[in-house]
Amino acid sequence: MNYVIIGNGVASIGAIEGIRRLDQKGKIVVIGAEDTAAYGRPLISYLLAGKIGPERLALRGDDYYVKNNVELKLGATVTAIDTAKKTVTTDKGESLHYDRLLIATGGVPFIPPIPGVQGEDIYSFTTLAHANTLIELSGRIKRAVVIGGGLIGLKAAESLHDRGVSVTIVELAPRILSAGFDEKAGRLASNRLKNVGIEVNCGVTAKEIQRGKNGRVKGVLLTDGRFLECDVVVVAIGVVPASALAKDAGIKVERGIMVDARLMTNAKDVYAAGDVAQAMDQLTGEHRVVPIWPNAYNQGYASGRNMAGAKLPYQGGLPMNSISFYGLPTISVGVVNPPEGDTNFEVHALLDEARETYRKLVFRDEKLVGYVLVGDIDKAGMYTAFIKFEMPLGGEAKDKLINAGPEVFLWPAELFNETWNPAPANAAR
Amino acid sequence: MKRVYPNKDFCIGCHICELACITAHSQSKDLILAYTVERGQSGLSPCKHVHEAGPTCVALSCRHCDEPACVAACISGALQKDPESGRTTYDRDKCVGCWSCLMACPYGAIARHPLEAKIVKCDLCHDRPGGPACVAACPNQALKQEER
Repeated sequence: MNYVIIGNGVASIGAIEGIRRLDQKGKIVVIGAEDTAAYGRPLISYLLAGKIGPERLALRGDDYYVKNNVELKLGATVTAIDTAKKTVTTDKGESLHYDRLLIATGGVPFIPPIPGVQGEDIYSFTTLAHANTLIELSGRIKRAVVIGGGLIGLKAAESLHDRGVSVTIVELAPRILSAGFDEKAGRLASNRLKNVGIEVNCGVTAKEIQRGKNGRVKGVLLTDGRFLECDVVVVAIGVVPASALAKDAGIKVERGIMVDARLMTNAKDVYAAGDVAQAMDQLTGEHRVVPIWPNAYNQGYASGRNMAGAKLPYQGGLPMNSISFYGLPTISVGVVNPPEGDTNFEVHALLDEARETYRKLVFRDEKLVGYVLVGDIDKAGMYTAFIKFEMPLGGEAKDKLINAGPEVFLWPAELFNETWNPAPANAAR
Repeated sequence: MKRVYPNKDFCIGCHICELACITAHSQSKDLILAYTVERGQSGLSPCKHVHEAGPTCVALSCRHCDEPACVAACISGALQKDPESGRTTYDRDKCVGCWSCLMACPYGAIARHPLEAKIVKCDLCHDRPGGPACVAACPNQALKQEER
């Protein structure tokens, strides 16, 4: 069996590990556009902040690819997929045959059509190369504007600030972290950033990036008329699936590459996983692009197993983010902003501004479907359990969860026993 | 692989497993020093925790899952599945303290280190002759390590 994996991020690592659970012999070829072995992409903010060195970036040990019998083709881009002939062609002119193909090309930064956005001094923050460029620049620049108050923008801002650059964040939404957090959690995070000297502007965005006669960036004109002088602009609005390759090959693409319950695309033996895939979401049952790290690994793993013949369904994605802002930890999982006025949802929120702690629980049909924790995050996993295993929380159990926090004795007895003290026949999971 | 299975019907909530755990993971390997000195100075804390609800109690720690959610969530590669031993391994030097594993593990088996941006998780006492210290110390056989 010949496996070809396009992309060398965490979905690719998941796929290798999924394949090797079932097939130790088949040949695996990984084609990566970047020129390094798979690295912890979120670690680039730690690298830019100077918290870790480049030696800590690799996701797996030096011998990983050799041990797993994986051939790495790095610095190579796949230019075409022929699903009829089952071949892929690279920009190096190489043609490779596959029996099973995984498209794990990830996402590319979305650059909005702001006047002045094309040209020098505009940066993204999604790759190691971006981080290295910003590290090199940080010694020479004084001021940066970060467009976008999502996770990537905030981490770019924090890391540049750590390098001595004066940073201003602009966010179009009325609050930062609007996707995965609610207003109160966003405010706690935003206060932490403001307290260290990072300027946070919400409800505004860049109207125009103004340049001098030499073409270099002078500053950003905002929608409210203010002008922010700066040397560089980091655009961190989000990422979009890198799906052009699939589309050109006639594979079905909506927002991302559409995959079935086993993560196969509409082309036979071609799978997709990670930020490029539009896969099933556990809580909504809908197909969505949710570009987060654990989903990418899990989809990679599930597709890997299925490419090796497992025929097992993907369990479905669960949105989750864990991120700290200057020592303030925050975690959000599942549905955290239910549609306003939807009476199917029940929200319990508890804010302690002095202690900088916040807990929000979201229930639907007597089940926990989402939560946010800020500050005190120690019981996060125990909350996740109630969402992931969709445990019913009738009567007293829900009150206990709200008032006393999650506890393993609130689990249904059968799940408890199967999990912790299973009969020998059921133990393997 | 051999995992540690807790039995709530036998657990008497004595916390001796937690003490055995910190002793096994201490520098001194001495219970009194581990508890009185190392706990405060280096933040030594147990990988195992006794959960109690009324008269029921049980001592829980990492299950070394077959397909661990923590490994999927780990952004640094600190948590990995060792295909040979079956253990879910933790490389402290690689960990950046992002708490993704703590969020993803539905068994609540990962704790923050009290002093450093690191986690505390069961390693099955893999380098301890005689196996997990908690199992050896349990006075009522509420913890068993076996192949199931």
